[in-house]
Amino acid sequence: MYAFEIDRPTTLDAAVTALGQEEAQALGGGQTLIPALKQRLASPARLVSLTGIDDLKGICVADDGALCIGAATSHATVAAEAAATYPALADLAAHIGDPAVRNRGTIGGSLANNDPSACYPAAVLASRAMIRTNTREIAADDYFEGMFATALEEGEIITEVRFPLPEQAAYVKFAQPASRFALVGVFVARFADGVRVAVTGASEDGVFRWTEAEAALSDDFRPEAVAGLSVDPEGMIGDLHGSPDYRAHLIRVLTGRAVAAAAA
Amino acid sequence: MTKVSMKVNGKPVSGEVEGRTLLVSFLRDTLGLTGTHVGCDTSQCGACVVHVDGQAVKSCTMFAAEAEGCEVTTIEGMANADGSLSTIQQAFQDHHGLQCGFCTPGMVMSAAALLAGTPKPTEAEIRHYLEGNICRCTGYHNIVKAILAASGQDVSDIGGDAIAAE
Repeated sequence: MYAFEIDRPTTLDAAVTALGQEEAQALGGGQTLIPALKQRLASPARLVSLTGIDDLKGICVADDGALCIGAATSHATVAAEAAATYPALADLAAHIGDPAVRNRGTIGGSLANNDPSACYPAAVLASRAMIRTNTREIAADDYFEGMFATALEEGEIITEVRFPLPEQAAYVKFAQPASRFALVGVFVARFADGVRVAVTGASEDGVFRWTEAEAALSDDFRPEAVAGLSVDPEGMIGDLHGSPDYRAHLIRVLTGRAVAAAAA
Repeated sequence: MTKVSMKVNGKPVSGEVEGRTLLVSFLRDTLGLTGTHVGCDTSQCGACVVHVDGQAVKSCTMFAAEAEGCEVTTIEGMANADGSLSTIQQAFQDHHGLQCGFCTPGMVMSAAALLAGTPKPTEAEIRHYLEGNICRCTGYHNIVKAILAASGQDVSDIGGDAIAAE
């Protein structure tokens, strides 16, 4: 790693100020950023750790019924504390990485990084979640802008993610066994006014909604409803773990499984 | 350089660290606690697992500065007060849960974290929990057996046919 300074603010205001310094970068749980620093893929002059800010941690249910998760809340905490309110989300959190990663990694860090194979973006997009920052609210549909790209401005900090609760939901991922990232992951959420299907791990543009499946499932919420659909392999990720055709195929299969799991 | 202070295995410690100093470097190089191993340095293998405020973390993927004020437990803090092996450590010895031993500190720390939250895990729960701990000797069966035994459960049907059927 190249050398850098590290700040550990305890308030959001102090963190915003610290991030205003030259070449400063936010540090969440560090489970992606620290490996990237070791490989010298990132070389900030200063890291601003957000995990010492108590206001950014914790889970609650808002007056409108939405599940609110502080951005610096660990995956392990979401897995444990969201289990009763939003079991599909808790189950997703319980299968990110491994236990030690889940104890450090945060939802805000995952969303700010927007790895094309990360699990949380699928839940946020399928659930129509709202991403709150220190300056504004960003709807999930406006937040994800492609591989490792988001609507966040320089120095903007995610403070909270608000999940409206669907009637039924499930996340199914085909885990890449070495990295435990999703080779493909599909989150299906059924709301009173329709179904949303978000896919991670597959596209070169990062997480996306499979709108054709959404339409079919909104009419008929059964795995059979997507059995005759297919995803165009054009634009899908191809690497040594799977070809674009393979990933496109997995999307349909996993969507069917997610529907079955949600309806169970 | 900044000063960092924490409790390691119950004792207050402090030292000068750079921003980029990893917790594992602080434990090994500054404090001389070399029981915590660095296997991969890429967050994959789990040989460096320690407990920070009671939670298992990879000490190669956390900065020392982030442990300021925390309670850290390493493998050196696992033995009983009289120096005898803890229940988990003894079970690893009794059930041949280590071969070369390099992954063992992380395995023991992960096992301790698992049993703290789940006192009687199933074999499947143990295997799932150990996803982040890699044993290059592939000694997993006896590691799982040792953890089951340490939790006070019967291990007589673990191994042999049960393993062959997996």
